[in-house]
Amino acid sequence: MSILGTRVVRTEDPRLLTAGGTYVDDLRVPELTDAARVTFVRSPMAHAKITGMDTDAARQAPGVLAVLTTQDMDDLVPPPPPEPGSEVSEGAPMPLGGPWSEPLLAVDRVRYVGEPVAMVITSDSYQGEDAAELVSVDYQPLPAVIGVAAALQTETLLFDATDSNVPVNSGDDADDAIFEGCDAVVERTIVNQRLAPMPMEGRAAAARFADGKLTYWVSTQNAQISRFILAGALGMDPATIRVITPDVGGGFGAKVGIDRDAILVAWAARKTGRALRWVETRSENLVGMTHGRAQEQTIKLGGTKDGRVLAYRLDVVQDTGAYPRMSGFLPFLTKLMAVGPYDIARVQTHSRVVVTNTTPISAYRGAGRPEATAAVERAIDLFAAEIGMDPAEVRRKNLIPPDKFPYSTPTGATYDTGDYVTALDKALNAAGYRELRAEQQRRRERGDVLQLGIGLASYVEITAADAAAGETARLTVHGDGTATVYTGSSAHGQGHHTAWAMLVEAELGIPMPNVTVIHGDTDLIPEGIGTYGSRSLQLGGVAVHKAALEVKEQARRVAADMLEAAEADLELDAGSGTWQVRGDPGTGRTWADVATHAGEDGLVAYVQYAGGGATFPFGSHVAVVETDTETGKVRLIRHVTVDDAGIVVNPVLAEGQRHGGIAQGVAQALLEEMIYDADGNPLTGTLADYAAITADVLPSFELVQSETPTDINPLGVKGIGEAGTIGATPAVQNAVVDAVSYLGVRHIDMPTTPVRVWGAIEGLGGRDKEQGGRDKEQGGRDKEQNGAIR
Amino acid sequence: MKVTIKVNGSQVAAEVADRTLLVHFLREVANLTATNIGCDSTSCGACTVLLDGRSVKSCTVLAAQADGSEVTTVEGLADGAGEMHPVQAAFHAEHGLQCGFCTPGMVMAAVSLLAENPSPTEEEVRSALEGNLCRCTGYHNIVRAVLAAAPALRERRPA
Repeated sequence: MSILGTRVVRTEDPRLLTAGGTYVDDLRVPELTDAARVTFVRSPMAHAKITGMDTDAARQAPGVLAVLTTQDMDDLVPPPPPEPGSEVSEGAPMPLGGPWSEPLLAVDRVRYVGEPVAMVITSDSYQGEDAAELVSVDYQPLPAVIGVAAALQTETLLFDATDSNVPVNSGDDADDAIFEGCDAVVERTIVNQRLAPMPMEGRAAAARFADGKLTYWVSTQNAQISRFILAGALGMDPATIRVITPDVGGGFGAKVGIDRDAILVAWAARKTGRALRWVETRSENLVGMTHGRAQEQTIKLGGTKDGRVLAYRLDVVQDTGAYPRMSGFLPFLTKLMAVGPYDIARVQTHSRVVVTNTTPISAYRGAGRPEATAAVERAIDLFAAEIGMDPAEVRRKNLIPPDKFPYSTPTGATYDTGDYVTALDKALNAAGYRELRAEQQRRRERGDVLQLGIGLASYVEITAADAAAGETARLTVHGDGTATVYTGSSAHGQGHHTAWAMLVEAELGIPMPNVTVIHGDTDLIPEGIGTYGSRSLQLGGVAVHKAALEVKEQARRVAADMLEAAEADLELDAGSGTWQVRGDPGTGRTWADVATHAGEDGLVAYVQYAGGGATFPFGSHVAVVETDTETGKVRLIRHVTVDDAGIVVNPVLAEGQRHGGIAQGVAQALLEEMIYDADGNPLTGTLADYAAITADVLPSFELVQSETPTDINPLGVKGIGEAGTIGATPAVQNAVVDAVSYLGVRHIDMPTTPVRVWGAIEGLGGRDKEQGGRDKEQGGRDKEQNGAIR
Repeated sequence: MKVTIKVNGSQVAAEVADRTLLVHFLREVANLTATNIGCDSTSCGACTVLLDGRSVKSCTVLAAQADGSEVTTVEGLADGAGEMHPVQAAFHAEHGLQCGFCTPGMVMAAVSLLAENPSPTEEEVRSALEGNLCRCTGYHNIVRAVLAAAPALRERRPA
């Protein structure tokens, strides 16, 4: 029996549990023995001109080795001039550049609180914090642009060389003709709030420049992309840069590649000739690392009174923060996935991207797809309420039926495989949907203080959207019968080392403990992409699988030579890992025998696998909440999910991915938000203020298994890393609204804090009864909402 | 000032600045880097260690306050023969960790919890771990691991 599909505990764990991982701050390598500390001087202003800077006091402070400012950057090549049309690059996950370019250290002007202004190099980190305080920067405040409404008004521009705060504006013109023939049309503007990705390890990098070569350790999801970025930013030949990823303490999309702070560490190491290490504090992390989500969406959906949806329109305004890093890409994905799992004939989408004086926005677990799902799942529930139909029934009527695959959406996606109705029914059955509705009805009739809310979300998402970029794997079998895998993919908690070893054992019969997996070192693995967009298994894993197949054929030839038999007569007993002439176990040759006979590098395969395309995992979530109607306090009491990502290689790992994603989805629905005041001051800049989700507010999750293979790749696998945030967020939000829907409430924006839920129940605040108390004039949020979270 | 702390059974003595935090003493002086720093507001629990048998967040204890005390970190939990502590073994068996960054603190918090309450309910485990953040696991398997470790620990230390 193949090891694939079985529950295998991780090979990574014993080291992490007994000795702890080796994250950047833990590196005790000789090259970093005397590494000095980097501390950034960051802007305390959201928007200001820099009119002067005095570093003298800092330079005199104890332990200070250097203070670096933009004036020290004479060794950097200036960025290329703006290319015509560079302001519109929708679909490309790159910074926009041109007039929207982001400098390394702020030049003349700061655009968000936390923007790096100068660097202090000290012997230890305590001295760094002291000295950074002594750098005196003169700021001339400018009006802060906070919130999409303020950005669209263009009274204040962030970039003088432009005439608006809108770098990207694209999509279909609004045309209400698509809603002709609809019995009911619902429309609403909703907020998908700004979140902090908050990996437990923040950003960190160390660098040493010696003999013309840069060695660079960094907490990233992509060693090879990081090297590419460094080479461009520092004007270096990539061959002279070695990027190493030690253990990485979580990424969630916010560690794709490297950002300006991390580039500056490498530059400063070259500039000063010293080994340097930078490990940000959590307070820096919450304003310095990119944020996610931050969309304002206008949804409009219409259909017949018997529940058939005919038309849908999605308008997105993406707040991209101060610099458009991935801004064209995120709303592009949101629009691509706008219709979700529904068969809707008439669809329009449109997006605008706006710059504001806030931390830049980039990918966060789901990256554009949770936003799409949240929008359409709210729209479906609004429509169901409008026509008075059970939301499960509306979904069942409109889900794409299994005989329509592959299914091309009006927005240009082609869904590979799926059975959406079965996924919904499985989730409803596991949850006991009918009994839950009956219990809800009983509580309503009794007038209980604790009311039940039941929320549904059906989703489809896109994984490995950039499959054409591919992934690499090199597999070698050594003379002692062990194997080494070099993967271009990158692990930061997912369990790649376990899964890749399973793939090798399954094909070659070399037991997992004899398979070493190496990732994240560009000297050993010059080519690779790394991890994002739930791409690892279906690209990196398939590359390993294909390399194993290649090595197997090489070994067959070698074994045939050893046994003086025809290749066609040879077979590999994958159970014992021995080669033999078919039906003659006495001829058995071990992998050690074969590899030894093959000689040095005799059994080695290098695969660059560029898959057949993106895959589309799907599922349904059912969330059950209890809402205290006297206080607005919501408690999630059950969460049931079907997440179908094709064939499962290791259920332990797949379930772990689902658990983590669900928790982050619940966090967005109930708790978390990065909040700025009207002047652009972050009000949630520490973990004492940012309501990161904790164990005590979550139930154990109820996972239902479902495996619908894809034919896109030979393993039949899709990505599972982001399913949780995509499905859980709207399911929980819908449950919160559902709990109080009998009072006429139709919508409560996320996070559905007690203040908002109570406000919705009481019909307070905001534009109407259902809005749940959001202050639009301020551009930001009600200040009193902050602090009510915990 | 001079600080002497018995860390995982070994005396560690050093001259340190008055303001040195226990977590930095452990990481930089004792060179035990498993204990991580995840925040600067005593919120995340990544730095949890046992100080004279009780769990503390070592980012909020001065090394000077721990002078003369005993500290146990995750490196000191397994027995000398390389056998994992029942809590570590349960985290492994139940997939109670992913990136591993919160893990040392989470394991020490769990050890402390089970010392105080050898037979906790799921709700009690969730409540007791409220001060330890994990961003990867959704806490699901951490809670299962702690519940699974409880009987193994009770067996090891009969009441």
